[in-house]
Amino acid sequence: MSELNINSKVQEMLERSEQNAKNSEKTFVRPEDEVREVVAPDGSIIKINPLYDYFSGERPKEEKPKNAIVEKFLNWARSESIWVLGFGTGCGSIEIPPLVTPRYDMFRFGVQMRPTPRQSNAFIISGYLSVKTLKRVIRSYEQMPSPKYVIALGSCTINGGMYYDSYSTINRLDKYIPVDVYIAGCMPRPEALLAGFGKLKELIKEGKAEKANEYARNFDEYKANQKKIIKDWNMPDYNW
Amino acid sequence: MNIYVKIAYTFLGLMIVLNWGMLMRVTFRKIGARMAGRHGVPFRQPWIDLIKNIAVRTTLTHGVMFYLGPVFRFSGAVGLFLFMPILFGKEAWMNFSFEGDLVLILYFQLFGMLGMALGAGEGGQPHSAIGISRGLAQHAAVELPMTMGIIALAIQYQTLSISEIVAAQQGGFLHWSFFTNPVASAAIMLSALGAFGYSPFNLVKAPNEIPIGPPTEYHGTYLGVLMTSGNILGVMETILFMNLVFGGATNWFELIIKSFLIYFYAVFVGMVFPRFRIEQSVAWFFKIPLLLGFIAILMYSF
Repeated sequence: MSELNINSKVQEMLERSEQNAKNSEKTFVRPEDEVREVVAPDGSIIKINPLYDYFSGERPKEEKPKNAIVEKFLNWARSESIWVLGFGTGCGSIEIPPLVTPRYDMFRFGVQMRPTPRQSNAFIISGYLSVKTLKRVIRSYEQMPSPKYVIALGSCTINGGMYYDSYSTINRLDKYIPVDVYIAGCMPRPEALLAGFGKLKELIKEGKAEKANEYARNFDEYKANQKKIIKDWNMPDYNW
Repeated sequence: MNIYVKIAYTFLGLMIVLNWGMLMRVTFRKIGARMAGRHGVPFRQPWIDLIKNIAVRTTLTHGVMFYLGPVFRFSGAVGLFLFMPILFGKEAWMNFSFEGDLVLILYFQLFGMLGMALGAGEGGQPHSAIGISRGLAQHAAVELPMTMGIIALAIQYQTLSISEIVAAQQGGFLHWSFFTNPVASAAIMLSALGAFGYSPFNLVKAPNEIPIGPPTEYHGTYLGVLMTSGNILGVMETILFMNLVFGGATNWFELIIKSFLIYFYAVFVGMVFPRFRIEQSVAWFFKIPLLLGFIAILMYSF
């Protein structure tokens, strides 16, 4: 393609995008994330959709446990090695640091903190969850590999707690992501968190902590709930 | 020795080294926890973590290099094992050591790191890229004084074979390079701190820095492979320094004591000193260890 052709093509695309900007309704997709055509270094024109190029738009799949005996052994290993995603979502996150101190010492139960969702399998939602944080929570939750578990800490996650009528927080967490263990209280003490980990371990050992599959099964329902509350949805439906 | 017997011994040795590495690391985690007044993780934790990571159901990929990153790292660790004489004088545990294996060992130290850099780079996570640039910068700074110290030893013993270097150090602890060539030994052991990656020099992979480093995007089985190779690498590094500086080992008991103490040296420094930023650690390696390396080479050149 000659230089002249590229220039005219670029000019045409620019005009079209300006026109689109004038005509289209207000969307929450940032201009750099819009579907558009770009000129590649070799002169060819390619169509890109940044949202789906950056993330995968694939739906989650149910990954059923296979052999009962093997799964029992693996569940034992999973329960003895719980890696928690270190992401302070609400005021309850101040109750998590004491767990690594000599007084509570969660390491002796095989519970460890991981800094990235890819490597962790338990997600602590620590207290109230603002709508803005919910979006990040969903993204982090979907990036965690299955089997994954959610621990909801504090009464705010059950019924909104003292923020029950707040305009900016959600009331019930399990409408948006599936929850394995609730730890009630405002705020629960670190001992309660340790008891919650104990309960989660029991559930995993019994093979009842399969909420990641439940999320995949009822995906449309969860997505509808999430989209009802998150107005600026500028991400794919399932981003991992 | 029959090649099949040799291969069987190699697998056995690899298993011993892997399990010893895991046990050693968890012991040091326990020691660190006791220093902080905690009980720390149970002794079985690394094995359970490994099983758990292999049992993760979701595995996703970012491309071919993303698969190959952990494979390269693992091959680096296994290569280090294959060409390193583990026990001196025992034919079964000399592995595939040959004349000039020192050069190959130095290469294998870097090999896993480069493979990891390529793989993590394809992950596309910005934290990985930051971790890689930090890791390679620090690794370059570590390699230079260490290689100078090792070349000084090679000049001293007039050989590039690790088993001959070990053989030259037999006959009492005063024959160890640590006493016969203290300057080169100091250069090697100071840069060894960077090779082990404990506290002053652990910015690359520390979980509580903003990026966890190159493995940010690795999960499940990938992470299992990385953990396995990390444990093998840890032991093999200690065995390398043991062979070069502390007279090698003639039986498993001696190997376990010496490798534990060498690893303990790195952990001890880590417990005492806080973490360096990357430019501080690079500057540190380019000062005293590099100077010692220069002096060590000059001493044997004239």
